[in-house]
Amino acid sequence: MPLLDARNVHGGYGGMNILNGVDMAIESDQIGVIVGPNGAGKSTMLKAVFGLLHVSQGEILLRGEPIHNLPPNQLVQKGMGFVPQENNVFPSLTVKENLEMGAFLKPGNVKRMLAQVYDFFPPLHDKRHQPAGELSGGQRQMVAMGRALMAEPSLLLLDEPTAGLSPLYMNEIFEQVKLVNSAGVGILMVEQNAKQALGIADKGFVLAAGQNRFTDTGAALLADPDVAKSFLGG
Amino acid sequence: METKRADTVAAPSRFPLREAGLFVALLVAVLGVYAVMGGAYSTRMLVEAACYAILALGLTIQWGYAGQFNAGVMGFVALGGFSAMFFSIPVNEAFWDSELPGELGLVLLYMVAAVLMVLGATRLDRLGVPRKLRTLIAVVLGVVLYLVVINALRGVTDQIESRAGFIGGLGLPVGVGWIVGGALAGGVGFFIGRVCLGLRSDYLAIATLGIAEIIKAFLKNSDWLTRGTATVSPLPWPVPGPEAVGFTLARAMYLSVTAVMIALIFFLLSRAYHAPWGRMIRAIRDNELSAAAMGKDINRRRLEIFVLGCILMGIGGAALASFNSMFDPQGYLPLNHTFLVLVMVILGGPGNNLGTIFGAVAVYIIWIMSEPLALFLMELAVAFGEGAFGWEAPTNMDSRALQARVFVIGLLITLVLRFAPKGLLPEKVKHVA
Amino acid sequence: MNELVFFINNVVIAGSVTGSIYAIGAVGVTLIFSIMRFAHFAHGDMMTFGAFMVLLLASAFPGAGAAFGVPAALVLLPVAMALTALLAVGIDRAFYKPLRAHGVKPIVLVIGSLGVTLMLQGLIRLFSGTGGSSLYVDDRKEIFRLALPFEGVRAPVVITEPQLWLFGITLVAVVGLHLFLTRSRLGKAMRAMSDNPDLAQASGINTNTIVAVTWVIAGGLAAIAGTLLSLDVTFKPDLSFFLLLPIFAAAIVGGVGHPFGAVAGGFVVGFAETLAVFNWSVLLRPFRDSLPEWLTQAGNLAFVGTEYKIVVPFFILVVILVWRPTGIFKGKVI
Repeated sequence: MPLLDARNVHGGYGGMNILNGVDMAIESDQIGVIVGPNGAGKSTMLKAVFGLLHVSQGEILLRGEPIHNLPPNQLVQKGMGFVPQENNVFPSLTVKENLEMGAFLKPGNVKRMLAQVYDFFPPLHDKRHQPAGELSGGQRQMVAMGRALMAEPSLLLLDEPTAGLSPLYMNEIFEQVKLVNSAGVGILMVEQNAKQALGIADKGFVLAAGQNRFTDTGAALLADPDVAKSFLGG
Repeated sequence: METKRADTVAAPSRFPLREAGLFVALLVAVLGVYAVMGGAYSTRMLVEAACYAILALGLTIQWGYAGQFNAGVMGFVALGGFSAMFFSIPVNEAFWDSELPGELGLVLLYMVAAVLMVLGATRLDRLGVPRKLRTLIAVVLGVVLYLVVINALRGVTDQIESRAGFIGGLGLPVGVGWIVGGALAGGVGFFIGRVCLGLRSDYLAIATLGIAEIIKAFLKNSDWLTRGTATVSPLPWPVPGPEAVGFTLARAMYLSVTAVMIALIFFLLSRAYHAPWGRMIRAIRDNELSAAAMGKDINRRRLEIFVLGCILMGIGGAALASFNSMFDPQGYLPLNHTFLVLVMVILGGPGNNLGTIFGAVAVYIIWIMSEPLALFLMELAVAFGEGAFGWEAPTNMDSRALQARVFVIGLLITLVLRFAPKGLLPEKVKHVA
Repeated sequence: MNELVFFINNVVIAGSVTGSIYAIGAVGVTLIFSIMRFAHFAHGDMMTFGAFMVLLLASAFPGAGAAFGVPAALVLLPVAMALTALLAVGIDRAFYKPLRAHGVKPIVLVIGSLGVTLMLQGLIRLFSGTGGSSLYVDDRKEIFRLALPFEGVRAPVVITEPQLWLFGITLVAVVGLHLFLTRSRLGKAMRAMSDNPDLAQASGINTNTIVAVTWVIAGGLAAIAGTLLSLDVTFKPDLSFFLLLPIFAAAIVGGVGHPFGAVAGGFVVGFAETLAVFNWSVLLRPFRDSLPEWLTQAGNLAFVGTEYKIVVPFFILVVILVWRPTGIFKGKVI
């Protein structure tokens, strides 16, 4: 049974449909990457999965259980974590407090998960008593991912985790995504840096105009001349 | 709801059934009051309602057109009332024959000089004085000069109070006081607007709430200027008074004056609403960011509309004070002069002038009629309580019964906001599908 | 030295008293602002409601305090706090929550809170009448006169029992709030929601719970402030409407959304008020002989008369809005 199975998802904001039938499935140990041109509905799809957007048609299953249109806090309880693209930390809270907020629904885990998150992101341990608002962009991204991991999700949704980061940090983030995945967390992420992202993807989804254009393994998509020509800039 | 909206947009020229129905109901209510309470009483009620309609128009352009919430209507009303009093009542010879006017003028001159000196001190950094030192100098100078001037002023005003009572009026035509009242209110509005309009909308509400209390405190305690709690009366009317032509006719003439004013304001506002200026105002209210992106000077437009609203409140307050023929600073209450106006606007339809006028008249009638009704209900409750359970009625029944009206006004505000946020006659927003 | 005692009584003690009241009120306002993003105009009447509950309870159980040796009002204060907290949560459910659910602008909530203020005011006056009454139903207000051990000092420093309680309770409330916000899970979640409500929701924090907790705290604090104020002077139904402006000024001075800023702001505004109405010529009296005559002749060197006290918080508000709208401690929401 796939970890996440979205079938024919339609949805949008205030009557305007942005998603016109998207299919998406990933297994529990896979990294799924959504790429596509601007306005294709990449982030919208991620929000639909996390219950931030009304799904008008189709269904989304998490381990076979329908979850579309459930409120976010219930999805967190069911093992989903979400890292928004912007404003993804609590700036006046310290790093440690940020992470604790991630485990709000599972207060028993805090100690164990803190240790694990510090393991994934060593710089956070040194800065744990600093307000998150004072950190650099890359470190904030780590706090954001760490916060989502605190609830021990089985599926982590990342919305453009490398947006606005320098190439150096970008590689670091991709490495960390792989690391998190190898610890058994399924990942679904939206990325602008399509080539690099598809490089680590088990499954890639190329969206255009709210529909699937290409769906394959990351390597196969990178090798496909059609994909390369129209979406990866030649 | 949605289909209805689409409907009104599709056929804007359709017969305005809702408007007609509501106004007919209002007319019936007015006639009912005439039948029961008599002509003199009812005409008085209508004049007061008309003055309130001017206040409500002032608030509707601030809140309805521009989304600015003014929680201190009372202050601007009181300023208008003061101006109407000051310009229209007879000259006080005891004051002008003494040397006190000269002394008062001198103090005012000191005041101007002090302000100029402090302003000059704030510019000292241009002469090479370090900024911190400049600020220190300006603050210290401000404090010292303030104390000097305020002491001089206290001396003169004490003299005025003991020797002449108060400075009296200017004996000018009533209309002058009304216009200056509008200007005064507009000036205070300009000051508040300059400070608050670039910030969160809550801050404007807080600041206006404060300035209203300050204006009231000033008018109440400046016995040399307003006779304070001793009140000033009678104030002359712009039309022949009741002693000349009888109550009903005099009040009817006053009513026609206010009606002409409302018609004029209504006409000008409708013109402005549909002019580019009004469109810009609404664009700012509905989407501040995109309006700013189009290069509109948002804060300037906001300031214009806020000052305009305050001017109307000043004029309305002046008309109201002249009609009551009495200036009593203590009579200005947030309930009667701020919240009542607020209810009129949000119930009638913020941003819709016709709805606002409807709301003003309808709410005022209910307000006036609720006083005897509240007393009656309270007496009923007490009689029932005494009969059934042998309660002892509290002594101050009247004042308590009137508190029930405070509760009702509050309840009305919250209910309208929740169930009819656009009022009974909503602003007609033309949607482009 | 008598002048110094006069100064202590009229500025230091009086300023601390008003400052404490403003501080407790402003903390509630700032918490509500940081969670729900609107200026809560009904806060003053929530304070009055708390004090009124104490008055009712103390009239019903006048002997409640005797067992502990403190005024009945203080023993019954926790009950009144609970009732006020309940009222606050109820008001939110009935009036503010539906408006929030409609997604209205914050200013509409401000108007809604004005409606609530009128309803509370009407209800309280309907039941209590418009006159004043003392919260000391069956107890005696202790007044302590401390003579200073100096030569020639005749006037004692005067401090009353409710004032001492006020300082103690303010301290406990502020420390308790600090611990709650920095140590407890709910407190941290409150700060998180004030920082970033969307992310708080995405983290699985139940925002409805946080809103309710905020109202409970704000209501409890309002009851404390109202009661202690009424103990210090006397209970009047319109007492706290005039507190709104200084309390908002305090919250803005401290930086909106910043609880400890609000405490500081409360004391700034409180002391500014007492300093402004203090007649400074009293302090010049000992130096009478060495000062120029025009200065000693000035009878009244107060900045404003007590009847214009409300000008002081307004002046502070205007200065802070012009000079630094985010407040001295840099609040979050402008």
